[in-house]
Amino acid sequence: MLNRISTYFFRRPNLVLAIFLIPPLLYLLVVYLGSLVSLLVNSFYSIDDFTGMIVREFTMRTYAQVFNITNREIIFRTATMALIVTIVDAMIAFPLAYYIAKFASPRLKTWLLIAVTIPLWSSYLVRVYAWKLILAKEGILSWFIHLFNLTDALDWLLGLPGIGGSSLSLSPIGMFIVFVYIWLPYMIIPIQTALERVPGSLLEASSDLGARPSQTFRTVILPLAFPGVVAGSIFTFSLTLGDFIIPLTLGNSKFFIGQAVYSYQGTGGNVPLAAAMTMGPVVIMVLYLLIARRLGAFDAI
Amino acid sequence: MPSKSSDTRPGASWGLKLAAFGTLFFLHFPMWIIFLYTFTPDETTYTFPLPGFTTKWFGVALQRADLWRSLTLSLQVATVATIAALILGTFAAAAVYRSNFFGRESISFLLLLPIALPGIVTGIALRTAIGGLDIPFSFWTIVIGHATFCVVVVYNNVLARFRRTSATMIEASMDLGANSFQTFRHVVLPNIATALLAGGMLAFALSFDEVIVTTFTAGQQTTLPIWIFSQLSRPRDRPVTNVVATIVILITFLPIFIAQKISAGSSDTEGETK
Amino acid sequence: MMNNPSAPAITFEKVSRYFGEVKAVDQIDLEVIDGEFFSMLGPSGSGKTTCLRMIAGFDRPTSGQIHLYGRDVSSLPPYERDVNTVFQDYALFPHMNVGDNIAYGLMVKNVARQERTKHVDEMLELVQLSGFAGRKPSQLSGGQRQRVALARALINHPKVLLLDEPLGALDLKLRQQMQVELKTIQKRVGITFIFVTHDQEEAITMSDRIAVFNQGKIEQIGSPSDIYERPASSFVAGFVGTSNLVSGEIAKHSTGSEQTFSIRPEKIHIGSLSDTPHSDMISMDGVIRDVVYLGLFTRYLVEIEGGVDLVVVEQNLKSTSMDVLSAKGQKVRLSWHQDHISRVGG
Repeated sequence: MLNRISTYFFRRPNLVLAIFLIPPLLYLLVVYLGSLVSLLVNSFYSIDDFTGMIVREFTMRTYAQVFNITNREIIFRTATMALIVTIVDAMIAFPLAYYIAKFASPRLKTWLLIAVTIPLWSSYLVRVYAWKLILAKEGILSWFIHLFNLTDALDWLLGLPGIGGSSLSLSPIGMFIVFVYIWLPYMIIPIQTALERVPGSLLEASSDLGARPSQTFRTVILPLAFPGVVAGSIFTFSLTLGDFIIPLTLGNSKFFIGQAVYSYQGTGGNVPLAAAMTMGPVVIMVLYLLIARRLGAFDAI
Repeated sequence: MPSKSSDTRPGASWGLKLAAFGTLFFLHFPMWIIFLYTFTPDETTYTFPLPGFTTKWFGVALQRADLWRSLTLSLQVATVATIAALILGTFAAAAVYRSNFFGRESISFLLLLPIALPGIVTGIALRTAIGGLDIPFSFWTIVIGHATFCVVVVYNNVLARFRRTSATMIEASMDLGANSFQTFRHVVLPNIATALLAGGMLAFALSFDEVIVTTFTAGQQTTLPIWIFSQLSRPRDRPVTNVVATIVILITFLPIFIAQKISAGSSDTEGETK
Repeated sequence: MMNNPSAPAITFEKVSRYFGEVKAVDQIDLEVIDGEFFSMLGPSGSGKTTCLRMIAGFDRPTSGQIHLYGRDVSSLPPYERDVNTVFQDYALFPHMNVGDNIAYGLMVKNVARQERTKHVDEMLELVQLSGFAGRKPSQLSGGQRQRVALARALINHPKVLLLDEPLGALDLKLRQQMQVELKTIQKRVGITFIFVTHDQEEAITMSDRIAVFNQGKIEQIGSPSDIYERPASSFVAGFVGTSNLVSGEIAKHSTGSEQTFSIRPEKIHIGSLSDTPHSDMISMDGVIRDVVYLGLFTRYLVEIEGGVDLVVVEQNLKSTSMDVLSAKGQKVRLSWHQDHISRVGG
């Protein structure tokens, strides 16, 4: 009996393909893409100023609101943060990725990779929370700063307009540290993968041809690691753009995109505006992904 | 057993080593800080050094019915989302692996989207869709949200394993008289079992501590991460939050560690046979 | 079953397999006789492996029919054919030990464990691996894996055993040893073997008959000596061994016909210009352009009239390397028996 059923399917490979393909495809198309479409549609609705109800008619009014002065500032602030976080992450990630890819013994490499990936998968929220403890005014970092008599330097830093605040845990500086920390593994892994593909013989060839180590690094290693950096930056940039947990937990009262969306949608009840605000990150990310695909960054994921 | 290749590797400079291990320390020490704070007797601030040592908060946390409800809900959501991801992810991997259909490349791209786009996009998109269809927010809407990003984890793991598995093995099995079902049971399943385990565990961990999408797809339900999140902006139960955070780390650490070990192990043995 | 013992083991009737525009197998007719060692020889992409896969059931003909002992099996799945395969990469199951690998065919047929163990032991003995049942495939050498794959395929007592370049991954010495062993095993079990290879020497050493494949078609089917000594086409002459092809005016001059003929290097005798060859010999004068001393024999490149080069091989019966190497530049008279030429047409 089973043989018969088996043979029935064996003769119809396309039917088998359909059986495998349809459930996941249906799920992604209907649930995920369907939701994205609904998001897009909602962004063209507006909210009635008097009743607070959603008006289901096509309008560009909501998009006009996205670009009012407050929201422009929010978008600019968020994009700047995402950009700086991405650059700093790439700089911090590189030495470790380079060490794992080119110097660690196979055994050590396995352990190092596990050590890097565990924070990547493990509780994002709890790791943010940890920094609330660390950055608190009475917390461990302040204690160390006090220990090294750097309190004045910290006060000066926190006094800077724009990035300062009442304490590290309530300032853009604190947010910046936590963003860098949280997304760092997303940068290490792709760079490591990209560097892993650089054959050792290429490095030897370069030094053979008379290149000083710094030249080899600049002319051989960096260009070859670049796709990895691009791949990593997809994550660091995108995730910073959309995050609302870190700004809510550690920031000051200045909004970031994710936070704005969260509050427009939640307390504000303005779903169309929240939807329109989200389209910003979506458009940026889709462009980013398309460019990254061109640069060959997908091989490094 | 230091291998030959490590002997001939150039040594890293001290600067590089320091930077590398410094970064590693940076990645890991915050979690230890949480462990430390579970023992603080201080209820209102995060004072360091700890003003004393106590283990009473574990007991206090155990007594909290709301925490137990949240923990149970999170475990249930993660279990169901993982099962859905295992089925959908394996199906997608099998389809992509076994044939070269039109649009095959787009599938990977499509599957990657839910983790490449910020969680807030997935979250609010699902919220508008669910709201638009007048579906009540419930346990199931949370699961649906989680499954979108769990599928890709299983898919990646299983597809990688399929690609490492010799394609002729399936043919060999059928050649020796096994029908498709027997081949699946005796050859395919044993070969992808550890990949399923690894993918499933990662999916479980991802779902268990997910908060961004959940804030948009949950109704009145409070998962454990949502509970922690509510404490972040308005801390009321600081010591209990520390305990809960530790529990979340512990519950997710083991599956993640095992999954990583499996993936690392399987690529090791592949290297040996080459 | 509708099996007919007197029918050929395998019959191809106008079998084609197209992959889009590519004609991998193009209208092939073929008969494999019961109990013979049959080789499919050809370069990669010539269609031989596709033919094998269609016999096994992994692939189905676009058109035409395949019969196994008179029964049409063209659309049967692999598990319903009395045919087993030894794969190029062995395809052993890495999660099972050697014993379970070999017993697989019996296990899926629900043969009792005790019975299985008995058969596995017999098979291990046949392939000289007694005592290896408990090992994992990863603990075996290439040659041992090869034997396990063979034992696993033979335990079902298939009517036909298919071997897909099974010796390709082995080193030369082991390969030669396995060639002898495969032949011995085939005689012992009396099963029809169909052996796919691109190695002409291997095909000639082992086969009862050979089919030479080229571009989806069979160029020639025959015994190894037929194929070697009477190549039916210039492709066969060139692919199987080394061959000199002579055509046009020069062919006419020596044989009286412009039709291309082939002559094997070892059939040509090198003599001095004063020699007068026998009347049934064909002779031609030329100059030795190059000499390669190969120990057992020497290979000469002789330029004959019209600038054509002929390869000539002579055994070093009496000559030493000094003798042969000094022959470069000498004028010589080549001669060969007229029966040794093979007209290949075109």
